[in-house]
Amino acid sequence: MKKSYSQLGKGIRKLKKHGLAMVAFWVLVGLYLSAIFAGFIAPYHYDNEQRSLSYASPTKVHVIDQAGKFSWPFVHKVSQKFDQFYNRIYVEDKTEKYPLRFLAKGDSYYILGMLKANRHLFGVDSQARIYFWGADSRGRDLFSRIFYGGQVSLSIGLVGVTISLFLGLFFGGISGYFKGKTDTLIMRICEIIMMIPGFYLMLSLRSIFSYSLSSLQLYFVIVCIMSFIGWPGLARVVRGMALSLREREFVLAARALGVSDIKIIWQHIIPHSFSYLIVAASLSIPGYILGESALSLLGLGIQDPYASWGNLLSESMAVSQLKFHPWILIPGAFIFITVMAFNLLGDGLRDVFDPKMDIGRKF
Amino acid sequence: MINYIIRRLLFFIPLLLAVSFIGFVCINLAPGNYFDSLKQNPQVSQDTIRLYEQKYHLDQNVFTQYYYWLVNISKLDFGYSFAYKIPVFEVLKSRMFNTFILSLSVLLFSWLIAIPLGIYCAVNQYKFTDKLFSFFSFIGLSIPSFFFALLLLYFASLTGILPAGGMHSLNYEAFSPLGKFLDLLKHLIIPTLVIGTSSIAGLQRLMRGNMLEVLRAQYITTARAKGLPEYRVIYLHAVRNAINPMVTIFGGSLAGLLSGAALTEIICNWPGLGRLMLDAVMSQDLFLFAGDLLMISFLLILGYLIADIVLAWVDPRIQYQ
Repeated sequence: MKKSYSQLGKGIRKLKKHGLAMVAFWVLVGLYLSAIFAGFIAPYHYDNEQRSLSYASPTKVHVIDQAGKFSWPFVHKVSQKFDQFYNRIYVEDKTEKYPLRFLAKGDSYYILGMLKANRHLFGVDSQARIYFWGADSRGRDLFSRIFYGGQVSLSIGLVGVTISLFLGLFFGGISGYFKGKTDTLIMRICEIIMMIPGFYLMLSLRSIFSYSLSSLQLYFVIVCIMSFIGWPGLARVVRGMALSLREREFVLAARALGVSDIKIIWQHIIPHSFSYLIVAASLSIPGYILGESALSLLGLGIQDPYASWGNLLSESMAVSQLKFHPWILIPGAFIFITVMAFNLLGDGLRDVFDPKMDIGRKF
Repeated sequence: MINYIIRRLLFFIPLLLAVSFIGFVCINLAPGNYFDSLKQNPQVSQDTIRLYEQKYHLDQNVFTQYYYWLVNISKLDFGYSFAYKIPVFEVLKSRMFNTFILSLSVLLFSWLIAIPLGIYCAVNQYKFTDKLFSFFSFIGLSIPSFFFALLLLYFASLTGILPAGGMHSLNYEAFSPLGKFLDLLKHLIIPTLVIGTSSIAGLQRLMRGNMLEVLRAQYITTARAKGLPEYRVIYLHAVRNAINPMVTIFGGSLAGLLSGAALTEIICNWPGLGRLMLDAVMSQDLFLFAGDLLMISFLLILGYLIADIVLAWVDPRIQYQ
């Protein structure tokens, strides 16, 4: 056990030299922190709506006032008007200034789900509104909703991959260790699941559950669906490891000493395949995030008023809306950045942990 | 060879059965069915509903239903679509054709670009262009298909050069045959780009890796030592060997292709099997759902089969027996 620990340490040291992977790592840390402290970063609650500001464009933050002098950043109050073609436009009321305030009081939220608070990173007086990235159809702040949405979208990847890992470890370990009929059965099941195009499997599984579920239930349904789709891939990795490890001396020794099969799998085989699992897991997380986004995008996932990145993006499915309010695409950029960061990190981890790559680089 | 194909086909039958059975179980486990909404409709009499239920054995358990469905399939009767009010086969026919066109266009597009690109990058390893393409392929692999599709649709709607979704223009029927074809091509561009980009990225990386491996082999050194010109070394000796693993990938990449195609179809309003699947799930149209799943598995298996045949053709070392 001690050796594998030092190997992990060695791996981390090597990873630190991998520039791109480290950048990706810190981007992910930033994204997860922003999701955890979404309530603080977001100036408004995710359900704080003002219907008169439907699809309001991003609020302009001014630093030069009417008199032409520099001043503390401020915004104007915005109201809806129609132009001569009956297009909806938003005009600023230039008479009054609403300065940007840091640690401003606003909607109350819970820090880490426990401490009630109402201070936000920034905000303006409640007569005016600050919509950094514009508003959605119901006049809710997209900026706030993106950070709240991150809580769902980012956590589903981690929770989903954890469940898949457990399933994969269990079935893959059994399959590789016992070989024979159990192995054949489990592997055939895996192959069938992997052969069905993911999107179709996802829709089939989603159809089992009712459409009128509460958001918490929906969250678990999505996690279950995604883990069900994801476990066979991980099980095959584990099985491959188990097949090669079970012939090694230390496993034979353990068996000779009369250690039970389950204990051998959990204490000897799985710890040795850990580095591979970390790589496989980090490379499969984007799949969970994309799956959730796709379901929510189609209206089968997280429902309004709760936010997830896919759910936020679903407003842009109507191209006619998208044309006039392009900022509703911003949640998609967040999905893109997250997926890219996980891919980069996974690639870095693979370079570090995969000995085959090491040999490759000597040429 | 024919023997080999038949054996492969027999191998795929259990897969088809398993997939369609999973679909059947899923939709049966779902709360309620299409009749629940039909029963609310005062224009439909209870007798009609009972008639349907009896005709398709919907009042019996899953296994019986599945059995009768299979028996009907063998007579090319895919059941009745309760939402579309026509036989499922009629709906599936055109949809399957559309998905097939889209997949074919994506396959041609991605393979024709990815393979030369992979060869080029491997030959020019670590040069600027190689790094540039590697960077692009990384972005291509990471960009979510739906986000890319929406971005392209946004630009299409801004510039008006390309149609923003759909498969035909409104005045499609008035076009000449050539005009119809060009119209279809125009509508194909966005979905093809969206699905093709991610598969180009993946294929380019694989081809580059294979080429690099082959270029290190001793027979390449021998070929060079013989004094063969470099283009013959690369195109006759290296590419020929590097392409074999790619053909194996072809079958495996199909599931991903069809899956990506489904989501893109929905966003780009392409009337294919993916869109139909969503409609079937939403309206709990049992036979449409099962038929759609069967058709998509069929397309998949067709792809696997082609991959097997092409591999046997490309790689003479593979034995048919």
